[in-house]
Amino acid sequence: MNSRAHILARVRRNQPPWRALPEIPSFERPLADPWAAFAKALARMGGSVAVPTEGVALDALISARFPQARVICSATPEVTGTRAMSTVGAPAELDDVDVGVVRAAFGVAETGSVWLSEREFGINVLGFLSQHLVVLLDPRSIVPDLHHAYRHPGFREARYAVFMTGPSATADIEGVLVRGAQGIRTLTVIPIAGADPRSTKQQGRTA
Amino acid sequence: MSRVDHAEASSKFIEAKDHADFHDKRLWDLRKKRDSESEAMPEWEALRTLASAIKEHTLTHLGDYLEQFEKNATANGMIVHWARDAAEHNQIVHAILEQHGATTLVKSKSMLTDECEMRPFLENRGIEIVETDLGERIQQLDDEPPSHIVVPAVHKLRGDVAEVFGRTIGTDATNTDVPYLAESQRRHTRPYYLKAGAAMTGANFAIAETGSFVVCTNEGNADLGANLPPLHIASIGIEKLLPKVEHLGVFVRMLSRSALGSPITQITSHFRAPRPGTEMHVVLVDNGRSERLGMEDFWYSLKCIRCGACMNTCPVYRRSGGLSYGSTYSGPIGVIIDPTFNLRKYSSLPFASTLNGSCTSVCPVKINIHEQIYKWREVIAKRHQLPMVKKEAMRVAGKVLASPKLYRAAVEAAAAGLEHLPRFLVYNPFNAWGRQREVPSAPASTFRQWYVANRGGER
Repeated sequence: MNSRAHILARVRRNQPPWRALPEIPSFERPLADPWAAFAKALARMGGSVAVPTEGVALDALISARFPQARVICSATPEVTGTRAMSTVGAPAELDDVDVGVVRAAFGVAETGSVWLSEREFGINVLGFLSQHLVVLLDPRSIVPDLHHAYRHPGFREARYAVFMTGPSATADIEGVLVRGAQGIRTLTVIPIAGADPRSTKQQGRTA
Repeated sequence: MSRVDHAEASSKFIEAKDHADFHDKRLWDLRKKRDSESEAMPEWEALRTLASAIKEHTLTHLGDYLEQFEKNATANGMIVHWARDAAEHNQIVHAILEQHGATTLVKSKSMLTDECEMRPFLENRGIEIVETDLGERIQQLDDEPPSHIVVPAVHKLRGDVAEVFGRTIGTDATNTDVPYLAESQRRHTRPYYLKAGAAMTGANFAIAETGSFVVCTNEGNADLGANLPPLHIASIGIEKLLPKVEHLGVFVRMLSRSALGSPITQITSHFRAPRPGTEMHVVLVDNGRSERLGMEDFWYSLKCIRCGACMNTCPVYRRSGGLSYGSTYSGPIGVIIDPTFNLRKYSSLPFASTLNGSCTSVCPVKINIHEQIYKWREVIAKRHQLPMVKKEAMRVAGKVLASPKLYRAAVEAAAAGLEHLPRFLVYNPFNAWGRQREVPSAPASTFRQWYVANRGGER
């Protein structure tokens, strides 16, 4: 008998008597100000918010925030940056990116997370090899909690989908929190309505 | 295989007082952080009940869900393997690496691969393995197993890490600054992600309806690995299955809150299909799990989501350190899992508990941990696996407690003894209780003497 058949046979022989699958309640929690809740949760996880100034282009806002940045690579057409995503071949070529820019499909108020998949990243590792990540997020696209978040159709469509919540971090040595472990050192969310119609359309299906 | 002597091993841990004190404090801090998270959520208990029920349902239908997962994962383009035991798991992983000519493997933390002792197996076959989780890397470089399933190097102080890094990756061994140590590991590890032929992760959850799996991490290491090399292998215990995506809401909300007291891990990744032009392999591992499923009293331990909350709250674990359990799984969850792997080897572990039940009350999936610990003691006594000293002590205690006369004589003699015997006789090697603490002074009279004098109730 091969291992698959062997394991399945033993599992079925040993399964305890059937137990029912419970219904998940909807856990409705209407939020007066989803954006404010999101921003608060994000700050707790070490992320920050940069509110755009009227009349200042996003590229200028990002350059002002990261004056040392040499390579700014954007996966969203809303930001030009210094390197076009279309010129990048292998993922490893993103090793020298100082600032990666993406637009998230939606945010989660409970945790301060943003949802990203290969569609938003262009190249997934942009969210991890970059030293810093700037995330454009439509403030109207905030869901209250993870129960709502998991209704997003992207979990059935994307090859890769991730909740990113603040920068990478570790507390593996004496519990001392170090933000900027091996992935991004900072995560900045810019609240701005989506010029990219895909994100709003996707959000419409979630609601 | 020799028997693990938990008490003996922990006495070494306790000797290093700075380490033992810090360990206790750090883990209790995690427990307190967990408390403030759970207390801030009115639905916490409802979530625990749901999580427990979802897991029990899944485990009682596990055969169907495993097949559903395999079917959907395969349709998504993953390649699914099945491993009966640790040896087969290691062989499968090696064969995949060999097929791809991969000689360097970047690996995120996976207790399952530790359980399978995969690292030495692959290293002996010429594969270079780089553990990428900071704690796990520290342990790899120090040639020690992880001492905690979530924070593998929690028993080390910064000076220990500086020494290990100085010795192995060329940092300044006298620099004990924590950000410096973390940054050094970041810089040391990064080139490996870029050149590795393969990446490996574990999984926290595998979803039957989508054929996808979820990896919860904080450092960015798992996603750097999974998104760079052309090959991703994920080792997944068969008990990690969940039926549907909607169930993740329940578990992801509780996992990091229980583990570290944070609302979610910094990075929660969902892998459904390989990137175009790359391969994604899943190894479904049994290694004793299907057998445990048939153990009437013990199958509930398969609900475990490896958050470590039971370890952080356990007074015995906090004061004895994970390495003293001699197994990948330590603390209360280790105490109930390890004997299923080898009853004789781990027969001392169920006695490493005060049975205070704290583990059970913090468990996010409501495993009746302390009840299982008690049941393991029964099993061990029945199978004659009790050490001679404990057995003899229990035999004598049984006789004494069964006879009022003998009991009274013993209590009075003990009280008199404590008062009059010289110190070296009271704190003798057979008095385990007196090893790290003072024996309390005996009261002037026994309870019975007091009762007879004050209530005059001689029957």
